[in-house]
Amino acid sequence: MASKNLPMREALRQALLEEMQRDERVFIMGEEVGHWQGTHRVTRGFVEEFGEKRVRDTPITEMAIGGLAVGAAMAGLRPVAEFMTINFAFLALDAIINHAAKVHYFFDGLVKCPVVFRAATGWGDQATASHSHTPEPIFAHFPGLYVGSPSNSTDAYGMLKASIRNDNPVLFTESIGLYSRPGPMPDDTDFLVPIGKGDIKREGSDVTLISYGRGVRWCLQAARQLEQEGVSAEIVDVRWLRPLDTDLIFESFKKTNRAVIVEESHQFYSFGSEVAAQIQEHCFDWMDAPIKRVTQHDVPVPFSKALEQLTYPNADDVVAAVKEIL
Amino acid sequence: MVSATREGQYSSQLSSEELLKFYWHMLLARRVDERAWVLHRQGKIAFHVSGIGHEALQVGMTFAINRGIDYAYPYYRDLAVVLALGVTPTDFIISLYGKEGEISSGGRQMPSHWSHRKMGIVTQSSPVATQVPQAAGTAFGIKYRIQQGLQDPTDTNQPRLAFCTLGEGSTSQGEWHEGMNWAGVHQLPFICVVENNEYAISVPYKKQASRTVAERAEAYGVKGVIVDGNNPLKMYDAMKEAVERAYAGEGATCIEAKCHRLVPHSSDDDDRSYRSAEELKEIKADDPLPQYRAYLMNEGILTDDIDSDYEARIKQIVNEASQAADAADYPNPADHLDYMHTFKPIEEG
Ligand SMILES: Cc1ncc(C[n+]2csc(CCOP(=O)(O)OP(=O)(O)O)c2C)c(N)n1
Ligand SMILES: [Mg+2]
Repeated sequence: MASKNLPMREALRQALLEEMQRDERVFIMGEEVGHWQGTHRVTRGFVEEFGEKRVRDTPITEMAIGGLAVGAAMAGLRPVAEFMTINFAFLALDAIINHAAKVHYFFDGLVKCPVVFRAATGWGDQATASHSHTPEPIFAHFPGLYVGSPSNSTDAYGMLKASIRNDNPVLFTESIGLYSRPGPMPDDTDFLVPIGKGDIKREGSDVTLISYGRGVRWCLQAARQLEQEGVSAEIVDVRWLRPLDTDLIFESFKKTNRAVIVEESHQFYSFGSEVAAQIQEHCFDWMDAPIKRVTQHDVPVPFSKALEQLTYPNADDVVAAVKEIL
Repeated sequence: MVSATREGQYSSQLSSEELLKFYWHMLLARRVDERAWVLHRQGKIAFHVSGIGHEALQVGMTFAINRGIDYAYPYYRDLAVVLALGVTPTDFIISLYGKEGEISSGGRQMPSHWSHRKMGIVTQSSPVATQVPQAAGTAFGIKYRIQQGLQDPTDTNQPRLAFCTLGEGSTSQGEWHEGMNWAGVHQLPFICVVENNEYAISVPYKKQASRTVAERAEAYGVKGVIVDGNNPLKMYDAMKEAVERAYAGEGATCIEAKCHRLVPHSSDDDDRSYRSAEELKEIKADDPLPQYRAYLMNEGILTDDIDSDYEARIKQIVNEASQAADAADYPNPADHLDYMHTFKPIEEG
């Protein structure tokens, strides 16, 4: 494994390209995925490779992108539906939540809905409130939908492949803060990250930092800082918000007895809320300190750079939270 | 081309001063917009979405409403609309910087998501077309107030219509259809102007829809009109007619204004990857600004002297706006949690 380093956008591109080569039923549709090559250039060169039939530029119509993908999946295809950003997927919530997530259930298990909804997530570059949400927990709230969000190139490659090959609907988000970050690429074209399998990104013994997506980066930075101060932090990257790898979380927590949960999004009814609840339900006797959550501030993301940066969490916030519970 | 025959049209009643005012506003919007591109190239601002090429229709339509009183839901390309409504170049450039004193939101909202309480300008969320049902809702509110006797329909100090704008690509969104349907069912004092520049980022119209915007609007019971949006006077005429219909309680109009986006979609885009050099040359040759200038010169309304005086004054305005924005402070970090709610939750006591 890992003969070369590629940015996460290239890892995603490679995974999608290979899956489309491997399986004729896989196709991509979305706004600007064709000649513009995708908002984040994940579909660079796809029209030339596969033609317009399998690389569909759609009108600006998220509800239809969502609905069409569900319909096409039920008809035996394996659509990958791209939303330019997850914020625009809000316009397709009914297709995703009321349809994709429920088809298999309402057909008594007889009909599958193997669709992957892909979208960029998170904030940066002053994209402002209605362009800057990180709402994976909202989607993970609903049974029937798998939700994943990678933190690096290797995982992006293996998670996207696993999502496409999986027979269930998957909501797959890609942090805009990570697209350009290089990381190791697997050599094996069948490298898959099993759905629901988290990963220890760093071993440690004093505190467990739990996160996904871009939050994992702040955890890694924080862990390096903490190490210099003699604190050993373990990092659990859950990778999938649903199914959630609670076994891995509990195992780590039972070792460190302390946890800080880190995420890009708001705190109220958050990823952190769920993970904290799970830990206290299942690991109460191992708990040595309150669980802390590091999140975005409770305001819409403002445009002005001076204000925008104040609302973000960062590695320093993680370090500070750890110190509060040591 | 801007036609000389305006016989019987609303625009034939416009005075020379008013015709010049249209020109001033088109030129002002153009020069302010060009400055924004420069600021972006200089790395002073994060992003710019431009209205270059759309100025004629934007100025024409804005001067046809009761400016500052009727409700406006302008979309991101409508710099010339908001300048004509009273937003100043300094206001706009400060918004690009996200600095203290930003008039819409104190630097919170994205630039070009305009709003101004006193000028009746309502802000939008970034997902396109979501303004359409809201604007139709505002029109519904006006009609309701009039029907309930809460508002005198002849009172020109009250808003008597709501208009919104969007791009043609955004008419694929359900929100446009749902808004149009309401406007048709309830015959609302509502005007939807679709600025049809033939492209949704890189996607040409033929991939977006198989009928014209106006035809689709008609199907909802909204009067659909196609106008040469390169001609500010034709646009004024079409808008004025729609405004009169709205004021008279005769229902909603959708104006499809044909124009060109003479620049990339935004500062994040390079349109040479999907528009040929010939196509770009062709649309640049159809720029509404020099055409309207030529028309006014031909009519003897504009002279070289007036034109260079306008250019000089606008240059100064734009320079002063840039300087003011450069000098302004960023918002106070201590205020960053302000404005969340208009009231505090009720406390027990
Ligand atoms: C719901 C939603 N989907 C996608 C986008 C991204 N987007 C912004 S502008 C745009 C193209 C709009 O084209 P059109 O409506 O023709 O307006 P124009 O920009 O040409 O004036 C797109 C796809 C968005 N803002 N909102
Ligand atoms: Mg357009």
